[in-house]
Amino acid sequence: MLDWIVGYMPENIATFGEDIDYVINLIGYIVFIWWILAEGVLFYFLFSSRKKEGVKATYEDGSTMKAMSWVLIPVVLVLGFDLFIDYKSHSAWDKIKIQLPKADVVYRVMGQQFAWTYTHPGVDGKFGTGDDFEPDDLVVPVHQVVHTVISALDVIHSLWIPNLRFKQDSVPGRIITGWFEATKTGDYPIACAELCGTGHGVMASTLKVLEADAYKSWVAQQSAAALAQ
Amino acid sequence: MTSHQSNFWNYYIFSKDHKMIAKQYLITGLIMALLGGLMAYVFRMQLAFPGEAVPGFGDVDSGTYNQLITLHGTIMVFWVGMPILLGAFGNFLIPLMIGADDMAFPTLNMMSYWTFFVSTLVLLASFFVEGGPASSGWTAYPPLSARPEYSGVMWGMNLWILAVALEFFSVLMGGVNYLTTTFNMRTKGMKFSRMPMFVWMQLAATVNFMFSVGPLIAGALMLLLDRTIGTSFFVPDKGGDPLLYQHLFWFFGHPEVYVLLLPSLGIVAEIIPTFSRKPLFGYKMILISTAFSSVLAFMVWAHHQFISGMDPRMAMPFGLLTIIISVPFAVVLFAYIATLWKGSITFTTPFLFAIAMIAEFLIGGVTGIINGAAAADIYVHDTYYVVSHFHFTLVPITIFGMLAGVYYWFPKFFGRMMNETLGKIHFWITAITFNVIFIPLLQMGMGGHQRRIPDPTEFEYLKGMMGMHKTATIALIILLIAQAFFIFNFFYSMYKGKKAEANPWKSTTLEWDAPSPPVAHGNFEVIPKVYRGPYEYSVPGCKQDWSPQSAETVN
Repeated sequence: MLDWIVGYMPENIATFGEDIDYVINLIGYIVFIWWILAEGVLFYFLFSSRKKEGVKATYEDGSTMKAMSWVLIPVVLVLGFDLFIDYKSHSAWDKIKIQLPKADVVYRVMGQQFAWTYTHPGVDGKFGTGDDFEPDDLVVPVHQVVHTVISALDVIHSLWIPNLRFKQDSVPGRIITGWFEATKTGDYPIACAELCGTGHGVMASTLKVLEADAYKSWVAQQSAAALAQ
Repeated sequence: MTSHQSNFWNYYIFSKDHKMIAKQYLITGLIMALLGGLMAYVFRMQLAFPGEAVPGFGDVDSGTYNQLITLHGTIMVFWVGMPILLGAFGNFLIPLMIGADDMAFPTLNMMSYWTFFVSTLVLLASFFVEGGPASSGWTAYPPLSARPEYSGVMWGMNLWILAVALEFFSVLMGGVNYLTTTFNMRTKGMKFSRMPMFVWMQLAATVNFMFSVGPLIAGALMLLLDRTIGTSFFVPDKGGDPLLYQHLFWFFGHPEVYVLLLPSLGIVAEIIPTFSRKPLFGYKMILISTAFSSVLAFMVWAHHQFISGMDPRMAMPFGLLTIIISVPFAVVLFAYIATLWKGSITFTTPFLFAIAMIAEFLIGGVTGIINGAAAADIYVHDTYYVVSHFHFTLVPITIFGMLAGVYYWFPKFFGRMMNETLGKIHFWITAITFNVIFIPLLQMGMGGHQRRIPDPTEFEYLKGMMGMHKTATIALIILLIAQAFFIFNFFYSMYKGKKAEANPWKSTTLEWDAPSPPVAHGNFEVIPKVYRGPYEYSVPGCKQDWSPQSAETVN
């Protein structure tokens, strides 16, 4: 399939990103064709039905089944496409937001005015121990499942990582667990997608995807530094 | 003219005449539309040229930016869409179209407008209180809106809640009139099956509003208590839940879209048959679809909340119903398009705006499928894609639909014709620039550009989109300037336009039986009787290509 709409999107680096991009592209093609058809018919009727001297309009009130079928048959097709889109969309939704693969790494993510706080459990993998640390960036290993345990301190924020096709509101009073698996190393932008006050537009941060080895030594180093404090 | 009418106060200000009340709504709504448009100018300038002082306004800091976008949305939906599409057109046309001499409760009608007027003053007053007006977005999500310390806005937010509540109260009073009048005051022969589609659509919109507004008023009251006396309905520190508000808001918010859409579709349903000289295609089919969509409208609200933190399994039913709701609207739009087939079309200004409403709303409709598909919505939610999508629905609905109606019924409102040349210049500039504003926004949303940030250059990945921001802003400025053609045409034609005959468009429905403008008290010289359906154009065997509802026989 041609990457028509997806071509406008930033590079995908998530395992489930393909599923989202597929759904967006699929809908894009289906609705674009329907839109062209509908506008085409509209403009054809406008052009062909313009007033001509001596030609009277045809009386057709669309009350017979035969006339109505001109509208109802395309509508049944619309319904068919709708159901197909919905099926594809929910298969992807189920994989991304309902299923939760086993975690290799767990982060606590806290939204607050106006910064994201990431808490890593350290080498021991347990929160609340001395080797927990809070890096400035969300640093994760490539090709491993990362769980994000998201909450908020004050108002609603939304963790938005365009390259990961990841978005989840962080809601005060709720703990929402999400996941992703990055497929490519590098630095990627993180933003807040839910209006959270005057600093909403500067609530920026970075996702750093590292090779497994580099990530492991980074965790060891950070944990040791935390313990030393 | 009786003596009490010549009194300025009774005639222009505290009028109980549905036509004068309609004009009051129209003028107030148009002034608010101008205000909402100017706000868009200020924040779009900030987006295109971040940090630079906006000519005519000054510096836009992030707090001001949030206030501008909040009030822009609030004004355009509640102070432009509702007062004009329901208040102005509903008031003016329902009695005229069903052959009634006025609304059922004229005093209630007057109170409806004046409550609306007070709500407008309260909203405008919020600009002048310490801390400025509301800044939590037009959706006013708590906890941001629930505690002054989170937004820095003090009384502005309370006044916002009060203003919105008063506005809803005003619409409710109007709605009581619309329902009572339509059910009880139809003239002889005006069976339900002969009612113009416009009246049906006003009824459907009113019913949608009445059934949906209760939860929102409860939500607004709880929000006000959270702000003022320290309750915690929506703040978790004492056990409240922010998501509760979202459910209450969107349970209202989705039907609210139809409260605007249906009257606009009603306006278009009158204009297309008139200028294509054809009956509306599938009258009953449109009615059944409207009823079906009005029921579905109450079952789709959580599609605004796919990633809000609600149980993700809820996305299944809400996503399915959301996508299915495209079906009844496909029926209506296809029926309107089918009405044109083998017609005899004259391209007047009202017809052009009516067609633009359909052509542009189609974009709003098809772009919405991506939002409605839960998986795709993960990506596009809260981006410019959504901003563009709902402007492709709401601008055709409120602006194009309203302008179509104003150009079409102006002779009935004011007894004079608007200028066609100025109208067409206004149409083409408005229609073209509208697309130049919002097509780039679709692309920016796909690029991942989140909403409601005052300075895109804060993010490296958004810097490449500044060209599109500038394009959209320049197009908006041209669009706003082009409205001068409309404003001039409106006021010039009111006094100096060509005198209008009773039925200048050779139309069939009853409002065209009344003189232009209608008789001050009573509307009609003689209350008409109805002999046929509303869209009998080009009836075979008749020489004249329109058969008025009120004519016993047509040659």
